[in-house]
Amino acid sequence: MRFLLRRLGFFVLTLWAALTINFAIPRLLPGSPVDAMMAKYHGKLQGASLHAMEAALGLNNHQSVFQQYLTYLKDCATLNFGISFSNYPETVSSLVGQAIPWTLGLVGVTTVIAFILGTGIGALAAWKRGGKLDSLLPPIFVIGTGLPYFWVGIVLIMVFADINPWLPSSFGSDNDIAMGWNGAFIGSVLTHAILPSVSILVTSIGGWVLTMRNTMVTTLAEDYIRMARAKGLPSRRIMLDYAARNSVLPNLTGFAMSMGFVVSGAVLVEYVFAYPGVGYQLVVAVQNEDFPVMQCLFLTITVAVLISVLVSDIMTALLDPRTRSAR
Amino acid sequence: MRSLLTSIRHNPKAIAGLFILLVFVVMAAIPNVIVSGDPATDTTQVNLGMSGKHLLGTTAFGQDIWLQIVHGARPALLIAIISGLLATVLSVLVGVSAAYLGGVLDDALNLFTDVVLVLPTLPLVIVIAGYFSQHSITVMIIVLVITGWSYGARQLRSQALSLRNRDFLEAAKVRGERSSYIIVFEMLPNMTSLIVANFLGAALYSILTASGLEFLGLGNTNSYDWGTMLYWAENNSALQTGAYAWAVAPGLCIALLAAAFALLNNAFDEISNPALRPVRRLRVAAS
Repeated sequence: MRFLLRRLGFFVLTLWAALTINFAIPRLLPGSPVDAMMAKYHGKLQGASLHAMEAALGLNNHQSVFQQYLTYLKDCATLNFGISFSNYPETVSSLVGQAIPWTLGLVGVTTVIAFILGTGIGALAAWKRGGKLDSLLPPIFVIGTGLPYFWVGIVLIMVFADINPWLPSSFGSDNDIAMGWNGAFIGSVLTHAILPSVSILVTSIGGWVLTMRNTMVTTLAEDYIRMARAKGLPSRRIMLDYAARNSVLPNLTGFAMSMGFVVSGAVLVEYVFAYPGVGYQLVVAVQNEDFPVMQCLFLTITVAVLISVLVSDIMTALLDPRTRSAR
Repeated sequence: MRSLLTSIRHNPKAIAGLFILLVFVVMAAIPNVIVSGDPATDTTQVNLGMSGKHLLGTTAFGQDIWLQIVHGARPALLIAIISGLLATVLSVLVGVSAAYLGGVLDDALNLFTDVVLVLPTLPLVIVIAGYFSQHSITVMIIVLVITGWSYGARQLRSQALSLRNRDFLEAAKVRGERSSYIIVFEMLPNMTSLIVANFLGAALYSILTASGLEFLGLGNTNSYDWGTMLYWAENNSALQTGAYAWAVAPGLCIALLAAAFALLNNAFDEISNPALRPVRRLRVAAS
């Protein structure tokens, strides 16, 4: 319990840090970009839109910074992120709300697949240490971790959508199929998800494989493994219940810590595939200088990462008795 | 140091990584010797395929792609190495001092590191870069260093912690050495390979993030970085018009340079942690 409370404390603290960074960045950066922006929008924006812009950029001169900060925190807590500049008069929260399910589906499912597959391959490579699998796979995955996410996407589009027009290269679904819980739409969503999903898989799986392999190699040298062998247990059982089970915990912690990296890569992949998720929206918002949307998206992504960290903490607590017997 | 060099010589991954890196260093050092000309020159022949005159063809603006690739090596290496170095210095400062000082300071620094670590970097970098109207290499490096040090700090802290109670450090303390002396001359030399591995990891992170930003048009769009080349290729529908070399070659270079850093990083991991090294078969027993 103590462990979970501490992790919950960490969650709140990091969330606060993200909120504060989000508040501070436009106010701390040299004034010229903000001034330039105001000059550009001068006369074009009115009413609520202008107000939202001023709030986003910290130009509410009639309030002290501290008051602005309080207002900002209150707005965040009530999910009141103002009005989008580029899609006036839509509210930021509804815009972002439309994007969330897409990213959750694509990145969430792909990450879970990558984790399971990567951990499995890593465990096998460590178990058959020195074998063909182990001498061939790690170098390949090392190179895989260095592949730029977006470029993998470009190459996949080139091969599987352009040269061989097998799969769609952009968007989340076909435009002419209405959204709904029917076979046609779900099929369309799935075929559109294949290439982006493979791009994320190819580049992120290497991390899991290597961490799992390296932890398991260390675990295999433990005395209890030798003991299990001496007892004459079947090697399958030693591999899964003794070695892999004890090695998966560091990988799970690593999972939490690297969520930020995976999400970062996914932003670029979504952009390449014009996938209607939060990453694509973030890039478009930056290009349109749509600051309220930009700020809300950054917070959304951060909160998503923090929640996944918390979930993996809870799983660690469930799986590892040591974390429960509090210090 | 000597033993480190020997270990590198015996590690095939390190050799492969060093070789690729060397090729790019040569490209960055003497681009004009490899291929002469200005990468911005418009040859008025647009979208040419590969040929003897234009090795990789030309862009939609009539610029020679091979020429741009060669000239792109310098900014790529500069960004990777400078921000990798600065991020490593920051990691060492935070990680090692946290471990050495211990107590409340350690808790505070460790918490700070973890907070920075879980914040999703690319969205943060995109947001920061989005507010700058001028995108220069300096802004890029600052942003990369601020977001790239935390992972290394965490690793270095845990190794420094394991060193903290060793006898030779106790001996140095008993001799009455100052903390700064102990950290710099007693602890750091024992962490060389991990520090090098961290530098390589930070450089890898920098090259990938920087090219991602450039690809989104958040770099200096007038330069000829590989990421920027991809930005222009994407904006001119290089794939749809069949200009495959334009869309593939810059990315391949990024991937190769990143692979060089990744291979070296992995090799140094193996060097610093002997348990991970591939098992050598015993030939004697077989014969």
